Amino acid sequence: MADYRALYQEVILDHNKKPRNYGTLGHVSHHAVGHNPLCGDHISVALNLKLDPECVECIDDIAFKGESCAICKASASMMTVAVKGKTRADVETLIQEFLAMATGKLDLDSPNHIGRLAVFAGVRDLPTRVKCAILPWHTLHAAFSSLANASTEAAQDPMNAPIGNA
Amino acid sequence: MSAVRAASNPRSASAFDVKRIRADFPILQLKIDGKPLVYLDNAASSQMPQTVIDRLVRYQTSEHANINRAVHYLSETATTEYEAARRKLQHFIHASEEREVIFTSGTTDSINLVMHGYGRKFIKSGDEIVLTALEHHSNIVPWQMLAEEKGAKICVVPINDAGELLIDDYEKLFNERTRFVGVMHVSNALGTVNPVKQMIAFAHARGVPVLVDGAQAAPHLQVDVQDLDCDFYAFSGHKLCGPTGIGVLYGKAALLQAMQPFKGGGDMIMSVTFEKTTYNTVPHKFEAGTPPIAAAIGLGAAVDYLSTIGMDAIAAYEHALLNYATEQMTQMPGVRIIGTATNKAAVLSFTVDGVHPHDVGTLLNQEGVAVRTGHHCAQPVMQRFKVPATSRASFAFYNSMAEVDALIAGIRSVQKVFA
Repeated sequence: MADYRALYQEVILDHNKKPRNYGTLGHVSHHAVGHNPLCGDHISVALNLKLDPECVECIDDIAFKGESCAICKASASMMTVAVKGKTRADVETLIQEFLAMATGKLDLDSPNHIGRLAVFAGVRDLPTRVKCAILPWHTLHAAFSSLANASTEAAQDPMNAPIGNA
Repeated sequence: MSAVRAASNPRSASAFDVKRIRADFPILQLKIDGKPLVYLDNAASSQMPQTVIDRLVRYQTSEHANINRAVHYLSETATTEYEAARRKLQHFIHASEEREVIFTSGTTDSINLVMHGYGRKFIKSGDEIVLTALEHHSNIVPWQMLAEEKGAKICVVPINDAGELLIDDYEKLFNERTRFVGVMHVSNALGTVNPVKQMIAFAHARGVPVLVDGAQAAPHLQVDVQDLDCDFYAFSGHKLCGPTGIGVLYGKAALLQAMQPFKGGGDMIMSVTFEKTTYNTVPHKFEAGTPPIAAAIGLGAAVDYLSTIGMDAIAAYEHALLNYATEQMTQMPGVRIIGTATNKAAVLSFTVDGVHPHDVGTLLNQEGVAVRTGHHCAQPVMQRFKVPATSRASFAFYNSMAEVDALIAGIRSVQKVFA
């Protein structure tokens, strides 16, 4: 059986208490609102994509806001830290890896870009909490795809679409 | 003040032998992550005593066939036992006639039956349906569907900060267009016991029938439908130590006879030709198809079990549990009880400052404590109290004072993690 407390470790509690990149942005190119109807969590992700000197799309700035549990808020906070400055393609890879990790489908020993986000690996043993951890990532993906709303429940869940060729 | 109120000293309920009762429930012996299970999610579903499990086994082992059909031994036995269960439920809620007890799949199904059978026949455009701000989604959504179909209007009785219905406002909602009242007996989200008898008398004085959602009342209070004089009373088996998939709709015989059937099919007919179908009599008119026979018989065994202990004794003991838990929780800094009605039953909804209810639920689970977290299918109630969700401890007569202590200790450890 999972050690639940392992999930509520220092780094997650810290990001919950002092979320990074929390608030609004001056200039927003992409935006989406994510909602988990099961628990009422809602989160909005706003970002500004720009072309770097090599004409590759990258995240210039990102911010989130919302009402949610500690797992969701910490996941959003750490996500914004992890993706800021990264190219859209790299972020899409990371989204895919995070979702795979949260659902127990990622081998953490094989090469990956998870890094500090590995603190969320424990949610795979808590099926009812997986959605809390992945909601910010769904929402980021929806923002990229310029979809207005992400949901971890909806049938037309953006995450059911192939990731990476959006 | 209700009859369920007991002395506030929890130990006064010591005559109630909870240790012996706990031995009747095999699931209560479970360990969760090495810790004894503390099951405080009884408002969602209660656990089943061995005697009910045994009854289900006996039925499936030696009594099962389809009912109301064949002349062979098993079919007759199953029919006899199914109808015996109906009589047990009749006596449990003090209905005057057994045909007033309709087996459904649960409270939701019972309410939908009334909406389709009564509402679609008798409620017209411009009519008004009175509901309360406390209602579970299952007593909101069917009426919204009807209102949309018919062009009827829903009026909502507001609540105060304690989670009590504002009865003056209820009475003011009545006018010549008021056709129906739907009200829950006990709130699943807050535990408020509503003054349904008084509300029914007021509605009846104006010729308006009343449906009572008794899902949270039937397991905790002595229900007497004749004393309440309600027109309909709906409840579920699985919250009453019975199986899932079975519930009851009580309805006054005259109303049930006037209603149209909800579902069409076998058993609910007297005769069928392609030109015309004659419907069966009440209650069979409302029990189309093969009913959940085993579950109905199991529910019969469950109310037998509850009656042996006595609903008054159960109500008094649970009240002592609730008072003890409320006293403990009131003393905890950073913990807010949602729903502080004077008259409550078995439910303690709360929030912990700075901690989302889902985090509370996950961490309590680590201590073996099972509570519900979320909106409790009562989003309007959550909106009223400006919280997205709450944690809810809900008690049954097999819970002990020591389990209340485990809940309180669990909340303290949650606060420690988030300190």
